[in-house]
Amino acid sequence: MMFARILSTARIEFAIALRNRWVAVGVVLMVLFSLVLSLAGAGSAGSLAADPLSVTVASLTSLSVYLVPLIALLISFDAIAGEVERGTLPLHLTYPLSRSEMLLGKLAAQLAVVAIAVGAGYGLAAGYAFLTAGGDAFAGLPALWRLIWSSTLLGAGFLSLGHMMSALARRPSGAAALAIGLWLIMIVLYDLGLLAAIVADDGGVFTTDIFPWALILNPADAFRIYNLAASDAVSAVSGLAGAASSIAIWKPLASLLLWPVLAAFAARFAFGRVTP
Amino acid sequence: MTLLTLSHLTKRYDGHATGPAALADVSLTIAAGERVALLGHNGAGKSTLMKCVLGLIAPSSGEIAIAGHAQGSPVARALSSYLPESAAFHPALTGREQIRHFLRLRGEAASKADGLLDRVGLQGAAGRRIGTYSKGMRQRIGLAQALIGAPRLMVLDEPTSGLDPISRREFYDILDELAENGTAILLSSHALSEVEARTDRIVILSKGQQVTEGTLNDLRRHAALPLTVSMIPRLGKCASLANAFPEAQEEHGALVFSCAPDDKGQVLERLAANTERVADFDIHPPSLDDIYAHISRRAA
Repeated sequence: MMFARILSTARIEFAIALRNRWVAVGVVLMVLFSLVLSLAGAGSAGSLAADPLSVTVASLTSLSVYLVPLIALLISFDAIAGEVERGTLPLHLTYPLSRSEMLLGKLAAQLAVVAIAVGAGYGLAAGYAFLTAGGDAFAGLPALWRLIWSSTLLGAGFLSLGHMMSALARRPSGAAALAIGLWLIMIVLYDLGLLAAIVADDGGVFTTDIFPWALILNPADAFRIYNLAASDAVSAVSGLAGAASSIAIWKPLASLLLWPVLAAFAARFAFGRVTP
Repeated sequence: MTLLTLSHLTKRYDGHATGPAALADVSLTIAAGERVALLGHNGAGKSTLMKCVLGLIAPSSGEIAIAGHAQGSPVARALSSYLPESAAFHPALTGREQIRHFLRLRGEAASKADGLLDRVGLQGAAGRRIGTYSKGMRQRIGLAQALIGAPRLMVLDEPTSGLDPISRREFYDILDELAENGTAILLSSHALSEVEARTDRIVILSKGQQVTEGTLNDLRRHAALPLTVSMIPRLGKCASLANAFPEAQEEHGALVFSCAPDDKGQVLERLAANTERVADFDIHPPSLDDIYAHISRRAA
């Protein structure tokens, strides 16, 4: 019964995402950037010992750190604020549908959109790697699989964060501003801040004790470290390789797994405070 | 069987701790099969009352019970349905998809959607996106979803605003049918003329206060508004008719005066005595809007 309500919400939300072109936008974004990376990366990786697909995965990792949270926030910021503005929220809440069920339904549909976009982009890049390198690329399949599911987890976390922004802002325009602000802070400024702190700290306590935790705390950095650390090929293309190697692999994985859950609870809490 | 009980319901919105309450001490019961109209000007507290009943907002004090269950509880939600004021739906969905979704949320078979859409006269538009619908069609989608699962209590916020007179009549026909089957109906309107005689009881709210409650005849008697009599004199008999009815004033070629409801018989006798002077006459009872305006003005 509860599952049926979540499923029905997910179906309707997916139909809306399809018609609002969010699926198309996500797929086109991922495919375009993957294509550019594949074509550009093919030359530079030529001399490395690693298989071509692992090298492709490494460059896709750096791409996804930016794109997956962006796509997730774009899809999700309207979820609650849009219903408030259209006036559809009060009616939904008089149905035997709990707020948790409603959020889970939206999350499931939007996660499917992220997975489709990610799958299309990565699939294309993998196809290109097989096309150029043939059988050698098989060695990179585990890394590709890891990238796909960790990207989906990263997307899930940011979808819920988008829902939280949507519930906090209660207006689509405000929610969009909050979502973009969140993306800038968590994806761009966070790393810049860490970099500045390391430079200022000059090898002190911050660099040795705080910095590794600061990297794990941010889901985007955890995603990057997890994918880079799990793959041998990656050190070649990553500036973070040094930092990544000093962190136990379970820590970024735990961060990746915990973020979607914590963000979903935070979104549910923020949604609970919205009065229809 | 009483389906809705409000006792001493008071609602103050945050930040309006002093000033007048949005709802002040409203008590009301609705039995199965009863149609109750909630009347009031904009901001009188109609929507606030409905949102409290539906559990969308919490009352500041007082109690609400829907067939004995607390407002907003899963059982209360399953028993009641709601048609919001100017019902809105996602424009990208078709009417059929939207109703199928609402059916599934209530645990009903999605295949009932077309039957419901037929019932509200939307059979031809089921496959079109709601974004292309007119306001009246959106209101019909709203009604269709409110009919799902034979609700025991229907809460309809200004359901007939934006409907043409024929659609409004069809709408009330559907409500009559539901009431006959035992559904309790609470609907709101800002005009008495809209709800007419199609409701069993009328509750008038003004600035959050419950001004009056009763049948249309109760209200009529209560208001005790005078009747208006207008006479058209026969050619050349204007002056003598004016002499026979000294209280009448001339308006647009007619002689007009008002009389108390109890004096109606006496006026008829005087008219009968003056048939050679009167070409035509009309006796107007006060209109529903007059009664409503009178009652809400007296309350203010």
